[in-house]
Amino acid sequence: MLRGKYRIALIALGISLPIILALAAGLGAYYIPPWKIPWILWHRAEEDGYRVLAYIRFPRVVLAAIVGASLACSGACLQGLFRNPLADPQLVGVTGGGALGAALWLMFVSSPVLGMWGLPLAAFVSSAAVVFLVWLIAQRTHANGMVTILMAGIAVNSIAFAIIGLLTTLADNEKLRSFTFWQLGSCGYATWPLTFWTLGLSCIGLALLLRAGNALNALALGTTEAFNLGIAPNRVKRQIILGCALSVGASVAASGGIGFVGLVVPHLIRIAVGADHRWLLPASALGGASLLVLADLGARTIAMPVELPVGVITALVGGPWFVWLLIRTHKEHAYA
Amino acid sequence: MLEANALSYRIGTKLLLDNFNLSVNPGDFVALIGPNGAGKSTALRLLGGELQPESGAITLDGEPLVGLSPTQLAQKRACFQQNPSVDYPFTVREIADLGRQPHRLGRFESPHDRRVVDQSLTAAGIIHLEGRLQTTLSGGEATRAHLARVLAQEPRLLLLDEPTNHLDIHYQQEILQVCQQRRKEGCAIIAVLHDLNLASRFADQLVLLHEGRTAAQGTPEEVLTSERIHDVYGIESVVWKHPCGCPWVVPLLDSHPIEPPEALPLAAAH
Repeated sequence: MLRGKYRIALIALGISLPIILALAAGLGAYYIPPWKIPWILWHRAEEDGYRVLAYIRFPRVVLAAIVGASLACSGACLQGLFRNPLADPQLVGVTGGGALGAALWLMFVSSPVLGMWGLPLAAFVSSAAVVFLVWLIAQRTHANGMVTILMAGIAVNSIAFAIIGLLTTLADNEKLRSFTFWQLGSCGYATWPLTFWTLGLSCIGLALLLRAGNALNALALGTTEAFNLGIAPNRVKRQIILGCALSVGASVAASGGIGFVGLVVPHLIRIAVGADHRWLLPASALGGASLLVLADLGARTIAMPVELPVGVITALVGGPWFVWLLIRTHKEHAYA
Repeated sequence: MLEANALSYRIGTKLLLDNFNLSVNPGDFVALIGPNGAGKSTALRLLGGELQPESGAITLDGEPLVGLSPTQLAQKRACFQQNPSVDYPFTVREIADLGRQPHRLGRFESPHDRRVVDQSLTAAGIIHLEGRLQTTLSGGEATRAHLARVLAQEPRLLLLDEPTNHLDIHYQQEILQVCQQRRKEGCAIIAVLHDLNLASRFADQLVLLHEGRTAAQGTPEEVLTSERIHDVYGIESVVWKHPCGCPWVVPLLDSHPIEPPEALPLAAAH
């Protein structure tokens, strides 16, 4: 009975994602009817339409999809790992680390040596380093709980943002503006090479995350009970932190700091379908992908020709909707 | 099947358990009793493999406990702990299904898993609540959901830490009767119990712990005497006989021992 509900949700999300991708690939400054996309691709017809699709739209919507999937799936995993519905990928330092790397690059280096790769590379390396630092701090504390890594993450994050704050006060206007835009998030940097790299790294991360479903179900009872059920909590912790560092690290590097998706999508799925992580994780990934593709579509079409930061869209549209959902949700879902 | 030899465990300089010995065979029901802080839960957690003893050794089916992986352990023993809280809206059935995890090779449940979960939910008396969200359950219902989970684990050794907490007198009896049923199928049971009379009624071996040491160990008749209860708990009591023949501890509110009245409840019961 319940399995049926999970399965229907997963199938519905799986079907809607390609439809949303086609829709997003078609709409924009250069309009291409979404139902004509397969025909255009197959025949390489409509010179301009084909180029727009193949070189501009597709890398972008695919990037948006993989970033959304990474953020939402990581959020679901971290919420399960920390047994805290407020957890999201920012907490383990991925976002803060990425932003620090981006800020350092934009303020100090910003050289054309590495071309378009400089900024994402700096962000990715710095985000991985910060997560590793958080991990090391958590390992050095005696308590073996999940809380230590959460607190280490909060501490390191605030240090990272303090340094960023320092950098922004010192920066000139132009640098400040480009960093602010980066921080608000955008999928507009997408090119095929960038999308492929993000896709590759994120998929390795997602593969680690999606396998944690059973373990996270057991961990919902606490680390002791999880151990009694045959789970090694430390191994799961390593697996999830590494998965998040890879998938969210790559996403942040490619598209900047996009908030809200990682926090909200798992909640929506939990409210709509249920809490079983074996279904929640893939459903969050699919839902996050759809949501961010739509948000990115909004970002580039709402105020044409001006492009809005996608992080602003996710928060502005998603925030009130989420609040409404929380209020009207049945009492029994009110947890923690 | 389970042998514990000279276990001791300390935190800092405080010795929580000292020279604890226990031998359990299939079908045994051992109750660990003693005052608060006597080391009962510590002993149980050592036996379950969650804590490592500072000295001494535990073997399960002849194999040292430290050599078993969490999954191997979970295939043999199940632990029922006090009030595990679940933070997300899982259904009762999903909670019971967690017990199948150590036996499952793939990610999803087989028809066999589903059958075992059905049986466990029925045995725990909550099959009618299988679709309810855990967040809406009463304390007693939640306790039974977790009982269904440990039953679904099909353990050969069942460790229970105060399983009768939060349960009314009916379900206290019922949860221990479910355990009795498992005993008949060859499952060994070790339970921490606060209620001396429940321990006496259901267990065939009692271990009375006091300040980390074993004050007495043996059958309920051997362990439960009013002198020992006075030594360990510091209360006066008389030990009568339950209609079923096991000792029955009646605490006396007054600190002076009083003579039991002529007409014992035992006589009234007959």
